[in-house]
This record gives sequence, structure tokens and C-alpha cells, in this order.
Amino acid sequence: MEKTWNNKAWFLVLPVLLLVAFSAAIPLMTVVNYSVQDTFGNNAFFWAGTDWFDDILHSARFWEALQRNLLFSFIILAIEIPLGIFIALNMPKKGIGVPVCLVLMALPLLIPWNVVGTIWQVFGRVDIGLLGHTLAALGIDYNYVRDPLDAWITVVVMDVWHWTSLVVLLCYAGLVSIPDAYYQAAKIDGASRWSVFRYIQLPKMKRVLLIAVLLRFMDSFMIYTEPFVVTGGGPGNSTTFLSIDLVKTAVGQFDLGPAAAMSIVYFLIILLLSWIFYTVMTSSDADN
Amino acid sequence: MARITLDHIRHAYGPNPKSDAAYALREVDHEWADGGAYALLGPSGCGKTTLLNIISGLLQPSHGRILFDGKDVTNLSTQERNIAQVFQFPVIYDTMTVYDNLAFPLRNRGIAEPDVDRRVREMLEIIDLSDWSNRKAQRLTADQKQKISLGRGLVRNDVNAILFDEPLTVIDPHMKWVLRSQLKRFHKQFGFTMVYVTHDQTEALTFADKVVVMYDGEIVQIGTPAELFERPSHTFVGYFIGSPGMNVIPAEIHGSTIKLGAETIALDYAPKIDAGGRIELGIRPEFIRLGREGMPVTVTRIEDIGRRRIVRASLGGQSLAIVVSEDAEVPAEPRVTFDPVALNIYANSWRVGREA
Repeated sequence: MEKTWNNKAWFLVLPVLLLVAFSAAIPLMTVVNYSVQDTFGNNAFFWAGTDWFDDILHSARFWEALQRNLLFSFIILAIEIPLGIFIALNMPKKGIGVPVCLVLMALPLLIPWNVVGTIWQVFGRVDIGLLGHTLAALGIDYNYVRDPLDAWITVVVMDVWHWTSLVVLLCYAGLVSIPDAYYQAAKIDGASRWSVFRYIQLPKMKRVLLIAVLLRFMDSFMIYTEPFVVTGGGPGNSTTFLSIDLVKTAVGQFDLGPAAAMSIVYFLIILLLSWIFYTVMTSSDADN
Repeated sequence: MARITLDHIRHAYGPNPKSDAAYALREVDHEWADGGAYALLGPSGCGKTTLLNIISGLLQPSHGRILFDGKDVTNLSTQERNIAQVFQFPVIYDTMTVYDNLAFPLRNRGIAEPDVDRRVREMLEIIDLSDWSNRKAQRLTADQKQKISLGRGLVRNDVNAILFDEPLTVIDPHMKWVLRSQLKRFHKQFGFTMVYVTHDQTEALTFADKVVVMYDGEIVQIGTPAELFERPSHTFVGYFIGSPGMNVIPAEIHGSTIKLGAETIALDYAPKIDAGGRIELGIRPEFIRLGREGMPVTVTRIEDIGRRRIVRASLGGQSLAIVVSEDAEVPAEPRVTFDPVALNIYANSWRVGREA
């Protein structure tokens, strides 16, 4: 069969190419441009080569921030995924409870990041905050401004409060798509509650869980606004994540070169880790 | 294996049903023999799946009791009733192998592993999936999956009954025949009580010893395929079974004479009929002879269905289907006669027997 070649088709792709160019390719290349040069403003650039990358990869500050990021993402996934599954399993499947639960679950997702941060910032304050003051009254020494552990707990709890709903909603969508016949067959086969979860619910939730894990990982790895608002990266550097460090470098110190290099490294790390996650989690599908 | 007694069972899905119409199942009061093969036949929404779920214990009837071998099981759970059920869509445990799928109900009941192994291997032989035992169940075809569902029921050799809820719906037509004959063979081999829900009359008639025809929440007739064909006890049965269904024509009865408009047909008995009822005459298209004698009809259409033809005609304004052989000629002034042994009289849709 002879193929028809028509180069006019390229014109149809052009708008998308332009859009992608302006929204992704050009900004990214600008960053690359900054990362290999030194500038003091006035559009004067000096070639710096890989100096900035060398600096970053040998800076303890960067590695510590990266470790904090990894630890934070790990804690977030370890809490939000099981908790989300647990809540989804216990949500009502029919009746008036369904819309009520769905709306309650969706509420935190609708609140902007900085508002969530502000809420918790006030909520946790020892002098006026409901949580902070109550804990202090109970004799518990809690102060997220002074104690690194308390700061971490606050940031983690805040993220769990904000984002567990996403996992719940995704899992719930997976659960309601399971036909009743599966549960009936399980009853007839005499399956225990655990077996029903292990052999029916979990396999059917697998796909949405994969999405949930990926989204929560990427999002938590990019965490910025909430800790910035609540702790500002402190006390000390204890909650300074890569993104906060990056902004400090770029906007605070106006070191555009190192900041650009850091952005690229940060971007590559997220890309790599997401790819690893995706490959590992879909590989079991490929086995079948 | 067990005898199943349905003792005055009624069921409504909503609470506090006000009228008969609110009941999905109006009243079912029957006893099904141990080892029988029963088909529940009826149109969608007639209550057949409701009845099946009541038997399996997935649903509690609003009224009435259900007994297995005389033992009241109404309040027992599905598990305690010890029944097996095969659903419309194959239910398999995707992540398990074929072997583990079959072993699952046994392991759940705490049966020792050597016993499990022996019975699973036996069952794999029976359902012809021995070569697949270590495969993941996910990638099998629909009919293989349905065989696994069936196998999970049969592997527990002590089940009281096996219930089928339209199990061949998603199976390819040519595999339907294969699976159906295998099911029949299993039934002969194991002798379990079998209840089979379907809306396909061919499936019901070829499969079951007794066909239970349901209509609008009621059982209208339980009979052998021949009984359903020859003596439908309700006009619905006449209409639902057979292709085309029975002709039902409004009529009047005077003693032992039937009046059909201007025509009369003599009966050799006088049906006992209460005054004021709606009287109808039922006759199957296969028992009408088209020729030069009898009552005049006008032919409206002739359909060729292969080896036979269906003549659509009108008798005194009433439409009539007649089955004739492929090479039968249709005369210019056609007339019809009814085979007297195949006449059924209905009062308010229920059959009035010769015996009555």
C-alpha cells in the first residue's frame, strides 16, 4: 500500500509545539542558560561551565536538604497510603453518608497551600493556637518554633490532614468499581475479612494506588509552601527542604547561577525517582 | 445435597410494603427435590434473581422460611448454608493461580493441605484445566474463568446446592453449547441439587428436569419442558415459551362450545368457568392447520425461518401465527382448523383444565 505524505499535517501540530515551547521548553532552557553562567545583573553574563554543579554536589547544605526531602516523602507515603486505604474501606457505599463523606473528604483539597500553612501556623501557636495552647495546658512541651522534632511533627500532620483525602478518594473510586458478585462469591467461599481485602479489594485498587503513590510522592518531594509559612525552614535548618533552600538561594541571596543549577539537579532527581517508582510498581503488571 | 423447601416466601426491597405491587417476590411456596435440576425462567425483573439470592442467603426474605432437608436455614449466613453460586460474570481471584483459586474455599474452611491438594487436582481434571494450574487466573478466557467459578463450588463436595445466575451470558455462542453439556454431565455425575436462573428459554428447556416459570414476582408454572409446551397454565407461559409463542384469542364459552367471534368450535367437555371472567382460547402455532377447510382467515405476511415458515394471519380481526412446513402451499382462500387436543381455555389468564 502506498502511503500518502502530506507535510501540511505539521501545521496542525504547530500550535501545540508553540504552547509547549513557551510553557516548558523555553523556561527550562533559560534555567539551563543561568546554570552554566555567572551574572551580576545588567544582562552581563560570564561563562561558568560546570562550576555551579560542582559546588552544589559538594555542598553539605544540599545533601542535608535532599535527605530531609527523602525522609519527609517516606514518612508521608508511609502514613497517608495505609491511612487513606483504611478510611476508604470504612466509608459508606450507599445512602446519604456517601455524599456527606465525599464532601468532607474533598474539603481539605480545596484549600490553597498557603492558607493551610497559615491555619496550622496559628493552630499550633503556644500562646493563642487551639492545639498549641491545649497541649501546653496539658503539660506537653510542644513548640514548633523552637523544637525541630515538633516542627517536623507539625509539618507532617499538616500534610496528612491536607492530602490523605486524595488517597481516600482515589481508593474509594477503585473500591466502588468492584462488582457485588465478588463480595458475594467471597462470602460463599467463606473468605475472611482479611482475605477479601487481600485478594479482592487490594488487587482492584492497585491501579489507583499506583497513581496515588506517584502523585503523593512527587507532591511531597516538591513540598514548599506549608513549611515555608509555618516554620520558614526552621528551627535552624531542620525543615529546610530543597525547594525552600532553592528559593533562599535564588530570591534571598540572588545567586541565580547556583539556584539554576540546583533547580536542574532537583528536577532530575524527581524525574529519576518518579521513573523508578513507576517502573517498579508497573513491573508486576508486566509479569502477567 | 439437599431438598429445598420455600415456605411462603415473600420479599420486598423497600421497608413496609403497602400493596402486592411493592413486592419483588409475591409469594413462593414450593418444594424442590434433592438432586433435581431446576431452571428459573422469566423476563428481566420478574424476581428470579431475588429468589436465587434468598436461597443462597445473600438476601433475607421479608416473610417466610427457607428449609434445606427440613432444617430451617432462614437466619443462617451464606457460608453456613453451604451452597455454591456461579455468577453472571466470572468471579475469579485475579492475583491467584488457577490452583489457588480452587483451593481457596477449602483453605478458608481449614481443610488439611494434603486433602486440599487431592481435591483440587481432581477438580482440575474434571473442569479440564490441569495444564493451567500454575497460571495466573487473570489471563484466562471467559469460559475458562467461568469453569473456575464452577470448580470453586464443586470442589467442596458437600455443598447443599449449586446456584447459577445466568452463568453463560458472557460466553461465546459455540462455547455455550460445550459448557452447557458439561454442566449436564456434572449434574449426572455428582447429583447435586441445581438451580439455574436464565431468561433464555432454550437454555432452560435443554438444561433442566423442571422449569420454573416466573412472571411478575410469582411462580406461574413448574413443569417439564413438555408440560410447559403442551399445557401452559398461564397465558404468560404460553406466550413466553415457544417461538413464536402461543396464540391467545378472546373467546366465549357456552357449555361445551367455544365462540370465537362468528365462529364456533365444539369441545368434548364443558370447562367449569365462573361467570364474569375474561375468557381466552390458547392454541400453539404448531397445532393450527392451514388449508381449504375450517374458519376463513386473511394472510397478512409470511416469514421464512429456514425449515419452516410462519404465516401471520387474521381471524375475525384477531392476529394469528401459524407454523407451516417449508413447502406447504398457502391456498387462495385460506382457512384454518385447530387441533382439538391442543386447545387450552384460560379464565383471567389462568388455565381451566379438563380436570377442573
